[in-house]
Amino acid sequence: MASHNTQTDTLRHAQDFLLAPAGLSSGDLEVVMNRVLGHNIDYADLYFQYGRQESWSLEEGQVKSGNRHTEQGVGIRAVAGEKTGFAYSDEIMMPALLDAATAARAIARSGNPGSQALTSRTGGGMLHLYEPDDPLASLPDEDKVALLLKVEQEARRMDPRVRQVMASLGGSHETILVMRHDGVLAADIRPLVRLNVSVIVEQDGRREHGSAGGGGRTDYHYFLTEDRALGYAREAVRQALVNLDAVAAPAGTMQVVLGPGWPGILLHEAIGHGLEGDFNRKGTSAFANRLGERIASEACTVVDDGTLPGRRGSLNVDDEGTPVQNTVLIEKGVLKGYMQDRLNARLMGAAPTGNGRRESYAHLPIPRMTNTYMLAGDKDPEEIVASVKKGLYAVNFGGGQVDITSGKFVFSASEAYLIENGRIGRPVKGATLIGNGPDVLTRVTMVGSDLALDTGVGTCGKDGQNVPVGVGQPTLRIDGLTVGGTEE
Amino acid sequence: MGAITADRRDVSVEDVAAQVLEMARRHGATAAEVDTSTARGLSVTVRKGEVETVEHHRDKSLSVTVYFGARCGSSSTSDFRADSLDEAVGAACTIARFTAEDPYNGLADAAELARVVPELDLHHPWTLTVDDAIALATRCEQAAFAVDRRIVNSEGASATTYESTDVYANSNGFIGTVRSTRHSLSCAVIAEDEGGMQRDYDYTSSRVPDDLLTPEAVGAAAAGRTVRRLGGRQIKTCQVPVLYEAQAARSLLSHLVSAVSGPSLYRRSSFLLDSLGETLFPAHIHIFEDPLLRRGMGSAPFDAEGVATRRRDLVREGVLARYCLDSYAARKLNLSTTANAGGVHNLTIEPGPDDLAGLLRRMGRGLFVTELIGFGINGVTGDYSRGAAGFWVEDGALAYPVEEITIAGNLRDMYKGLVAVGGDVDARHSTRTGSLLIERMTVAGH
Ligand SMILES: [Zn+2]
Repeated sequence: MASHNTQTDTLRHAQDFLLAPAGLSSGDLEVVMNRVLGHNIDYADLYFQYGRQESWSLEEGQVKSGNRHTEQGVGIRAVAGEKTGFAYSDEIMMPALLDAATAARAIARSGNPGSQALTSRTGGGMLHLYEPDDPLASLPDEDKVALLLKVEQEARRMDPRVRQVMASLGGSHETILVMRHDGVLAADIRPLVRLNVSVIVEQDGRREHGSAGGGGRTDYHYFLTEDRALGYAREAVRQALVNLDAVAAPAGTMQVVLGPGWPGILLHEAIGHGLEGDFNRKGTSAFANRLGERIASEACTVVDDGTLPGRRGSLNVDDEGTPVQNTVLIEKGVLKGYMQDRLNARLMGAAPTGNGRRESYAHLPIPRMTNTYMLAGDKDPEEIVASVKKGLYAVNFGGGQVDITSGKFVFSASEAYLIENGRIGRPVKGATLIGNGPDVLTRVTMVGSDLALDTGVGTCGKDGQNVPVGVGQPTLRIDGLTVGGTEE
Repeated sequence: MGAITADRRDVSVEDVAAQVLEMARRHGATAAEVDTSTARGLSVTVRKGEVETVEHHRDKSLSVTVYFGARCGSSSTSDFRADSLDEAVGAACTIARFTAEDPYNGLADAAELARVVPELDLHHPWTLTVDDAIALATRCEQAAFAVDRRIVNSEGASATTYESTDVYANSNGFIGTVRSTRHSLSCAVIAEDEGGMQRDYDYTSSRVPDDLLTPEAVGAAAAGRTVRRLGGRQIKTCQVPVLYEAQAARSLLSHLVSAVSGPSLYRRSSFLLDSLGETLFPAHIHIFEDPLLRRGMGSAPFDAEGVATRRRDLVREGVLARYCLDSYAARKLNLSTTANAGGVHNLTIEPGPDDLAGLLRRMGRGLFVTELIGFGINGVTGDYSRGAAGFWVEDGALAYPVEEITIAGNLRDMYKGLVAVGGDVDARHSTRTGSLLIERMTVAGH
């Protein structure tokens, strides 16, 4: 496959791959689209998908299981005003397409079926953020197994207290093709790989856990370069050993310094979901109707950027055929924009921002984040820690969650330390941090110069749909966040 | 992708399963098992009186595991055409060439397999038309708006019906089919006052359409739950008793199951290692699985390996009576399978004499938790820290709503401190518990 792909090449490939085997021509798609369209239909799309995934997992020193999954289907959506009709089929063939089209268009019951000659055109400005090649084929299977074994050996070599090593390697390759009622045809070929390592260490009967990993829209060679795979093993062991010394975490509201990179999950939970178009159009978000208002300190500029080459959250086009972009959410503390799919953009009189995403053909697209991060400030990270008399320094996190309407969000630290008189002190046990989204960034008093993105393991769940995302931030000081430890 | 067939009549799922086992044999597998599911459903959401989404669901999936002696591989697909199925079997066989030998691999022992598949009354299709569904969801949401004028907005009300056929078959000659249905009505609304907005929801779900609560009852309950949260505030950091409302209490039982399940044990990544026979709870606590419960949301005549299920105690008089094992974990731990391949079935904690009001009176002063957020559970150490919302309780009655707090402790201590189980069992889910009163936890606030 040529490595200099244009949108035309991608499109041709997607059509050959998704439609040709079923004998479907672009004329057939027009027939289906005309079945969907009627006078009351404002928007319609057909979404074809074919994907293959695999995973290999290691435990007890051996790769004992592997799995391969194939998924294909087509989703058909018809929108009339705020109403959406949706049907899908895992059979890409004409009768199934026509059935799904009929079911989807039933949403607009009045009005005559329309007919429209579709002038196919491609969406302009196609990005090329990753290679279309199949990552599953980028390494022979025996080398995938060997990679996991090396990761295992490295973790055990690190420290005799390592008792268990679990590692998994996974990849997926997905081809999507979108046809919109306005005639736009767009396609994307999306590779994605990940490697996760998790270890259990034991000392004097106490066991602790550590984990690390990474990945992106690339192939398995990514893990073989720059020592990445072994780096994850070392990082997992380091974290687990730190936790062997952890004391009970403090409970109460205090100054918190968040490290760079993955702690950017703060932004994802505290403001990211609340700035998705659907919640704001419906007025159910704590950020609704607040465009132009100050919602963060002046030091905070936050973007959602789907255009970063090779990142886990990046896409060439979103699942509605809109090219992704770098959307400024907060600029110097002021709320500048929401993340939009086409439905919510249209209903709010805004422009789509390339954030319309869906887990698969069997799910409806909704506004979702891509890579969400805060731009660097000018403070030296050491200076930030040194400025805190008593507080918490949290550098690694597990998951998080948010209540969009009340704005309350949580994220759980898995590696954190006490700060005493400006110095990093003892590690503390994992604890959940809770705050109020519309308020927390107003308490950001220092922003570091050390912007980092996460290593590429984030998955976001919304309305039962999971999509890969990225986060990032520089070191931040927040004056007042509630830490959920046990020590009063 | 293969040829197009004009004939789109459904081949029976049992035939597909048998066909896949035969393909595995032809590929040289010494044993194989296959899991297939086909389902269809309808889900309609109405928001602010207008239809928002009408979704027609039609899903199918098949997963196959092949064994070559002690090596295994697996694959899955949604495409049931013969050449695609054969490709899936081939992919599983390829994987098995590269995986390591594991002497514990294999099908469940033939002696454990269900010989008869008891009828559990799980299949009650609902001929719900789109119009019926719209009408039900509309009534549900209207009832919510009617409760209080502070209900100002809605995330919508939904009516959903889902029907599925699941078949498990293996090369030891087992084939079992379970047909089931699941229906629900749900409603989520938003209340607002000068202090801000709050959202909450309620739902009803059942195997049988006639067993659902009325849309009016669901809507009114959703509104009641939402309005009572208005004016939520933080409290001071303190150590107090915590009462988990039944719906939130379920998670405490999930953490227990995960800690005593096979993988956590053989990976030695559980805070309840080697705890068989240990007193984990007060003596009045009795926890069991009831897989053969008729119409139960978690009922199953056999587990994901075809092993016959039956009523089994998990915790008897506070003592851990067994682990939750599939046959792989059982062989590894030199124990017997407990028919828990794929999870637990109708895990139930025996209700105590007090209803919710009784438990609140018993607690006197403390925190009543109605919602938990976040994932702050460390399964290796049992350390627990989660975001919570609920009510401050004073003199055995709700005093005011509380939010932006965390509750923390260690699960071992929390289980030991489980002083009472409510009689207010939430039967909408496969884990069945009433409200649970924990003696003492740390609440972090301002
Ligand atoms: Zn998320």
